[in-house]
Formats: sequence, structure tokens, C-alpha cells
Amino acid sequence: MAIDRREFLKVTAGAAGAVTVSGLAGCASAPAVAKAAPKVVVVGAGFGGATFSRYLKLWYPQAEVTVIEPNAVFTSCPFSNTVLAGINKMEDITMPYDNIKNVVNNFVADYVSSIDSAKQTVTTKGGKTFAYDKLVLAGGVELLFDKVQGYDAEARKTIKHAWKASPDQTGALRQQLEAMPDGGTFVMSVPMAPYRCPPGPYERACMVGQYFKKAKPKSKIIILDGNPDIASKKPLFLAAWKKHYDGMIEWRGNNQPRAVDAAKMTVSTEFDDVKADVINLVPPMRAADICGMAGVRVGLDGKEGSWCAIDYRTFESTTVKNVHILGDSTLTNFPKSGSVANNTGKICAYALSEMFNGRAVDPAPVVTNTCYSASSESTAFHVATVFRWNEEKKSMLPEKGANGISKEESELEFAYMESWAKNVWADTLGLPEGYKFTAKG
Amino acid sequence: MKKSLAVALLLAGAFGAVASAQADPRARFMAANCAYCHGPDGKSRGAIPSLVGLEEKYFIDQMKAFKDGSRPATVMQKHASGYTEAEYVVLAKYFASIK
Repeated sequence: MAIDRREFLKVTAGAAGAVTVSGLAGCASAPAVAKAAPKVVVVGAGFGGATFSRYLKLWYPQAEVTVIEPNAVFTSCPFSNTVLAGINKMEDITMPYDNIKNVVNNFVADYVSSIDSAKQTVTTKGGKTFAYDKLVLAGGVELLFDKVQGYDAEARKTIKHAWKASPDQTGALRQQLEAMPDGGTFVMSVPMAPYRCPPGPYERACMVGQYFKKAKPKSKIIILDGNPDIASKKPLFLAAWKKHYDGMIEWRGNNQPRAVDAAKMTVSTEFDDVKADVINLVPPMRAADICGMAGVRVGLDGKEGSWCAIDYRTFESTTVKNVHILGDSTLTNFPKSGSVANNTGKICAYALSEMFNGRAVDPAPVVTNTCYSASSESTAFHVATVFRWNEEKKSMLPEKGANGISKEESELEFAYMESWAKNVWADTLGLPEGYKFTAKG
Repeated sequence: MKKSLAVALLLAGAFGAVASAQADPRARFMAANCAYCHGPDGKSRGAIPSLVGLEEKYFIDQMKAFKDGSRPATVMQKHASGYTEAEYVVLAKYFASIK
């Protein structure tokens, strides 16, 4: 935890003006690879990995792309809070991999068990080994259950994080909310930043509040937040809680859960034990386990850390050659959002296609983020940012005027949020025109 | 082989402008960044407007209007502020060139 905080401070210090990013000089010495059919192995087909695979095959069709992904279908974390509200069902946020399978050379349904970054090979649990010229790690986050006492395998049968969307997590949590009596207490937690989807927990409180307001209006929501303040879109969430769920939501800052008791249904912070009818405990997190296997969980100081320092031009690890990391696993100034993961997939595909063509990579690629949060069943708001490379400060920083949140929630932005979801799913997965989405806003 | 070459030449002739705008890797990459909101190839699947086939001058004028605030917006003032006017032109040419 302490490590997370230090790394976070270093990155934000960079945004405030100090010099950061140690690895720029070393890594992206293009053209690193110039072969007819470079072998690219992608681990993980979420917003980062699927987007990368699709765009690399568009921009450098000769690349031989192998995708290793254990899940049979894509389940979206963005929009999954609407399942908790009862607006959508799990099947509405679940989509096929068919169009990724159609464009890549090899789609392997398996887990990765080891990575040898010296020999440049990846081995799966099923015992297959794949050699690579370029390895792309897009595994998202690893949840650190052992950071919360009592959050063991037995407790996890009943206590859900729902921070990786699946029937066993998001679906099960929805069932627990449905089974909860009116007047019950829902206790949810927010890990210390940086974590996947900064506004997600606060949106979750809105979506559970939306359900309670209709179905069990005497119920309460307690947010145990490890952060000293609401970590994202604060004025908008505070206004929404007051307007839509007045008296229902209680936010407690600096309340990192230390222990959970699944039998007694209590969550303990350093202040007190909080009794709940339904517990939704999101533990601290770090870059996915595959990043640990490849030895790329390295901070800006070059020492082992929780996230992966990368070269912003290529998303190559600052310390391990030919290993690129996308999305939530990276240590950057960007929020860990689906839009950014999608965007980092494109930067990496762009950089690799330039390198494979024997050209220099773009020295200053643009990165954008657009992230909507639902505040009720008919309103939403956004944060949007355009990041550009700042040579003087050696960091990716928001352009002047190119960073901010909505003035207020609106129904128009709810419609845009729904459209964003469909477009980002279509873009990430290559869903054909005319694909029938069932998710609604 | 011959047939595919003939088809390629025909396509190159018919869509010469397309080929040049789409061949610029930086233009192609910047345009791709728009896709997660506006849809792959600028073809939106929902309420967010499509960008595909927009007339070049219209696209540039809208970006300028978003930036200076003369066209009211939700997210677009921030996005328009993140690009240079030269980049508006590059993006406009790209979206005008695709179908």
C-alpha cells in the first residue's frame, strides 16, 4: 500500500511540474524489429489488448498476432454498475470475440503460466509455448485480497468485489442486493488511488442508490473510502447524491478496510467495525500477474513496484526490452479507464507498425480520455482530457483547456454515455455494423 | 494475381484521395482516437454523431467553434482544445476521405 502511494505521488508530481519518466532515452530506439512477419503475442483481450490486436492487423497486416485470453466472451466493466441498478442484465454487457478471432492469426483460450523475457517466450497453463518478437501485456489489474485480513477464498464465496465484471461477481452482487431486506445496509469500499476506474465506486453508489430508491427506500449505503477525498468528479457526485439519494449515502474518507468477517458481516477500518447486510469489498490492486511474470512491475525509479513504467511513445517497458504494457497495468498520468486502455492499444499498434516498417516512431503521440458516469437512471456526466507530450517537463500532460468535467449532470450525457459504450465496444471488438446491442441507458 | 492487381489499380484510381489520406500513419492514428466515442471509422452506433464523410470545411469550422465556445458542447470543447488547427485539417481530410 505504501508503495502504491509513493508511486502515485511521483506520477502526480510529474504532472505538477517535476521531471519524470526515466526511461525515454533507452527504449524506443526504432527500428528495433524489421522482419517480414514479426511474431506478436498479446496476453489479454480487454479494452487494451483487443483494440491493439485489431488495429495492428489493420495497420500492419503482415504481423503474426497470437492472442491469449482465458475468457470465452468479453464482459465490460464500464456499464457494469447499470447491472447493479437493474437497468441492464449481465448478457447486455457481454459480447463475443468472434471478430477478434477472425482478424488475428491465433486466438488461444488459456491462461499464461510463465514468461521468459530473455528467451522471449510465453507458456500457457495448457503447456503451449509461443515465441515472440514483441510481447504485449494487457492483463488489467491483480486484486490483492491478502491486503485485507479475512478476505480469503472462503470469504470470497459470499463477499464480492465486482471490480472485474462477471456473472460470479457483478451478477452475484446484484442477487445479494435483490435479496437484501428494505432498511438494510450496503457497505462498499474504495481502494487508495491509483486503482482501476477512479469514478467507478462513486457511480456504483449512485446505481445501487437508484435501485434502493425504487425497491427498498429505507436502506443505507456506506462508502468506506481509503482516500482522503472523493477521488474523481467530486462536485458532480456530491450534487447527485444530494439530489437523487438524499440521506441514503454516507461517505467516510480515510477509511481503508483492514479486515472483513464474512460470518459476522462486518468490515473493520482502523476506526471501527461496520456491520452490513451486503458487503462489496474492492481490495487494493496492482498491475496484472502477467506483468510480474515478465518482470515489468517496475516504478519510475527502476525498482520493483506495483505498476509498470512505460515509454509513452511505444508503451514499451522502461526496463525489459520488447515487452509492451497497455491500459490499467501501466504507471502513467492517465486515469485507468476503458477509453484510455483502448487508446493505449492504438498508440502501441501505431508505434509497432512504424517500427516494423523501419520508420521512427511518433515522438509525441496524443492520448485522450473520455469517461462518463451515470448519476441516476436518466442522467450522467463526464470527465474529458487530451494529453500531449511535454518536452520541457518530460511527461504527458493535459493541454491547456483540454481537461475538465461537466458543469452539471444531464439527460443528454446519459444518451452520450450509452452511445459511448456501444461505440467503444464496437471499436475494441470490431463488432460489425448492424450488430444488435441490447444494453440500454 | 492479375485480377487482384487490376482491382487494386481500379480502387487506387477511384479512391486516390482516400489512399493518400489513409496512408498517412499519424492522421490514421489520430482519427482512430476518435473512434471510442464516434465509432470505428467514424460510424457511430448511437446518439454521438458520426464523423465519416463529413465535409472538410464543416469539420474544421466545428472544431474551431467547439474550441472558442461558439458552438455549445459537452466534451468537445476539451477535445478541440487538445489539437492544433493544422491537426483539425489533417483529421478533416481523413474523415472526408472515408465512406
